[in-house]
Amino acid sequence: MTTTRISSIVVDKIGKRFGDHRALAAVELELRAGSVCALLGPNGAGKTTLISILSTLTRASTGAVRYLDGAAERRVDDRLRADIGLLAHASLCYGELTAIENLTFFATLYGLADGAGRASALLDEVGLEPAARTRAVRTYSRGMVQRLALARALLARPSLLLLDEPFTGLDRGGALALGARLGQAKAEGAIVVCVTHDLEAIAGVTDHVVVLRRGKVACDVRDPDGFSYAALRDHYHRHAD
Amino acid sequence: MGVQFLRLVAAVAGKDLRVELRSREIVYTMGLFAAVIVVVFSFAFVRDQRALVEAVPGVAWAAVVFAGTIGLGRAFDRERESDTMRALLLAPAPRLAVFAGKTVAITALVFAVEAVVLPLCLLFFNVDLGASTATLALVLALGAIGFAVVGTVFAAMLLRTQARDVLLPVVLYPILVPMIMAGTKATAALLLNQTGDAWFWIKFLAAFDLAFIITAMWSFEALVIE
Repeated sequence: MTTTRISSIVVDKIGKRFGDHRALAAVELELRAGSVCALLGPNGAGKTTLISILSTLTRASTGAVRYLDGAAERRVDDRLRADIGLLAHASLCYGELTAIENLTFFATLYGLADGAGRASALLDEVGLEPAARTRAVRTYSRGMVQRLALARALLARPSLLLLDEPFTGLDRGGALALGARLGQAKAEGAIVVCVTHDLEAIAGVTDHVVVLRRGKVACDVRDPDGFSYAALRDHYHRHAD
Repeated sequence: MGVQFLRLVAAVAGKDLRVELRSREIVYTMGLFAAVIVVVFSFAFVRDQRALVEAVPGVAWAAVVFAGTIGLGRAFDRERESDTMRALLLAPAPRLAVFAGKTVAITALVFAVEAVVLPLCLLFFNVDLGASTATLALVLALGAIGFAVVGTVFAAMLLRTQARDVLLPVVLYPILVPMIMAGTKATAALLLNQTGDAWFWIKFLAAFDLAFIITAMWSFEALVIE
């Protein structure tokens, strides 16, 4: 499937209500290509809801999200979804299938020509050991599942990569490799949005920090040189606590 | 409808059936439940110390629908466990292909149950179908398709609902009542060799399936987005 890129995203005063509960209120953001945005905030701040809206899988109650390719606004359709990679809390993979079968299945859905080849390359990249690739995913450890979930998110070379707690379950080596992969995606011109509490892992690679608090943007700052761990921690504690 | 669309439908259906072949939990549960219904009713509906043949249509369809509901719920629970439904909906494949693929897989599972129910009914109720076997297979096939189409839409819609196990039969059965009635009538007519009556109800079943396939194609995408 042919796709154009997402060069920027404008989040225009979006709000989301679940019954009486207000998850997001008038959130305004701009996300740019070639940047890693750390989406921070305490539990219940609305981070996952925002990720879900950005992924097109949840409708905002108010406001709109505009996906731009240059100056042109892209329609929310199959072609746009092909350009979005999502790593969510759950693995989004089938426990009864093997890693290779999962990735090959999703490669078919994404219309990728060499699904099996792409699957093997990605599993090499995320460091899932070869012996485990033909085992059912339900037999994996949490960290192995997370590596597979990351491979699934990267499958179609998305230009918008949405990562919700991607460091969960990863060992030190896995976390460092993921940090490096975020840097690579940024260098390739992707928009990376990363929800995490592991500030150390994303220090250096992050050049955009958004702190959500009670469904509102409490802080939205950029630093083209990247935020250090101390700077990330400072922003978090000043605006989230 | 292009080749690519059919490839996607086959991929989704093949994935569901492969998962089921590995675990076999739905087929075993549905098959056992349906078999128990047939056996229990064959001992309940007795006249002159013989199982009542007139009860066969009702018993067979009740077994298929109740067992099918169990399978339907479990098939969608699997998509909920690792949130894979989100992955399916996020993929650039048309939602219609996802719907069609899941419907095909559920139809296959209902067929499997029917393959258990029908021989058991013939055995326990001592029924001789004679020349009606092929026509009855058509009735059961139309019933399986109708059940799978309506069931897939509602099971997908209720995927994120807390009380989905309770709600699914509550919303599903009233809509399935015309299909169950038509299936029962067609089966009864075939058992009594009233072919003309049977074909009226077969056409009714086909019309039911067609109406709900069109409705499902039109509404599936809107129903599955949060």
